[in-house]
Amino acid sequence: MFNYKDVLETIEMVEREHLDIRTVTMGVSLLPCVRATGEATAQAVYDTVCKKAENIVKVTEELSKEYGIPIVNKRVSVTPVSLICAAFPEKAPIVGRALDKAAKTLGIDFLGGYSALVHKGMADYERIFLNGIPEVLSTTDMLCSSVNVGSSKSGINMDAVRLMGQVVKNTAAATADRDGFGCAKLVVFCNAVEDNPFMAGAFHGVGESDTVINVGVSGPGVVQHAIEAVPEADLAELAETIKCTAFKITRAGQLIAKEAAKRLNARFGIVDLSLAPTPARGDSVAQILEEIGLESVGTHGTTACLAMLNDAVKKGGVMASSQVGGLSGAFIPVSEDIGMIEAAERGDINLDKLEAMTAVCSVGLDMIAIPGDTSAETISAMIADEAAIGMINNKTTAVRVIPVPNKGVGEEVNFGGLLGRAPIMPVHGKSSSKFILRGGLIPAPIHSNKN
Amino acid sequence: MRAVVTVVGKDKTGIISKVSTFLAEREVNIVDISQTILEDYFAMIMLVDLSAATQKLADLAEDCKAMGEKIGMSIHVQHEDIFNAMHRV
Repeated sequence: MFNYKDVLETIEMVEREHLDIRTVTMGVSLLPCVRATGEATAQAVYDTVCKKAENIVKVTEELSKEYGIPIVNKRVSVTPVSLICAAFPEKAPIVGRALDKAAKTLGIDFLGGYSALVHKGMADYERIFLNGIPEVLSTTDMLCSSVNVGSSKSGINMDAVRLMGQVVKNTAAATADRDGFGCAKLVVFCNAVEDNPFMAGAFHGVGESDTVINVGVSGPGVVQHAIEAVPEADLAELAETIKCTAFKITRAGQLIAKEAAKRLNARFGIVDLSLAPTPARGDSVAQILEEIGLESVGTHGTTACLAMLNDAVKKGGVMASSQVGGLSGAFIPVSEDIGMIEAAERGDINLDKLEAMTAVCSVGLDMIAIPGDTSAETISAMIADEAAIGMINNKTTAVRVIPVPNKGVGEEVNFGGLLGRAPIMPVHGKSSSKFILRGGLIPAPIHSNKN
Repeated sequence: MRAVVTVVGKDKTGIISKVSTFLAEREVNIVDISQTILEDYFAMIMLVDLSAATQKLADLAEDCKAMGEKIGMSIHVQHEDIFNAMHRV
């Protein structure tokens, strides 16, 4: 028989501390869907996704009730669409819209994988695909796009970085009536992972099996509460407390992942250990850092606190799950975290500090609103900086910034729901154009030569 | 399959009676039961067996929640594995 403390603790975590399974994401391979034409491929893609994931919503809702833990998002990720459209890249948007339609038919929250992997070179079909992203994101609702522009093994494809700065700008322009909302569904990666369950960066890697269930857990509120309970602890004790808490959270995720995979006839993929905040108060990574002892996130000491938090979460999580993967770290999206939003409004956190933080946690400059008149080259340079951090440190980094059309510093943008709101943050004014226009490849670092 | 029923709320007469009758009507067998009063608050944990139950766990959980609201108690029914997973190494 269970004791009161354990049972009530679990219930308390759900009811008061926002413990939830953030996402159950089904990865579906689209490689068998390639047909002779774009139209036939789009139809095959629609049919396959609708068939494979037909029960995902029903099963996750059942699991949520049976185990008494909310499952917030049901998602699907697919093989990078640029690959299956290589023979007819100008038709890729048709496939994108078929995927969006499938997501609506299924009733899921997001579908990721309108993606391309161009970390070493960019073929003509990929260039056409990338240039089509803004139009696709402006005519779809659930579809998310990601592009990998660098890796520790191959270096950084600066031609792709240059192009993506422009693609981000064009996406903002194509969705100007919604404050550039399309950019919230577009992420540029270095060292993208093939089993990420989180959006907007999820895609189903070609090394994966046919149908896979990946689960992302969450629980910043639970970690914050655990830290509150030990106000006098030193940092080693605090790390231990976080570790134990992460263990419990992850075990819940592992259980749901295995059961979901069984009921959906899919393979259990991974549990992603990320601490993912939401705009709700008490569900914030920034507030954890403040609970540790910072007056505001963004001040000196933020990077150290975040490094400790991120590492402790991983240690507890790795012990709890048989298969860990995805991004697995603390997320620091600005618009999706109430502590970050408030720090940005007060001017206590800036882009430079956020960039430093990305060196010690997943994933990168995430959900940051910047002035609409920021140049494409400046955005490319931000992508290059993040990619360099990822490449040198053998970690995933990413950029998801929104250059909000016709808005500037001091104004705010509100996307609603889990995507939250963000004050527009200033960027550096000096030009990076000459650097970006050079193009070419930043060679892989010396420590990539491990063979 | 076994589940854990948790009943928490302000203490009053007849809580156990109401909850156990409700479960019996659905052929849910109580395997173990533990109850205490914590500072005027009633707290009960029951381990129940659903092998003969007339309802699926998800539906039972919803019905128990609704019944709890009627009698002013918070009632959760959860698969026992969630506690095994989170609190046992």
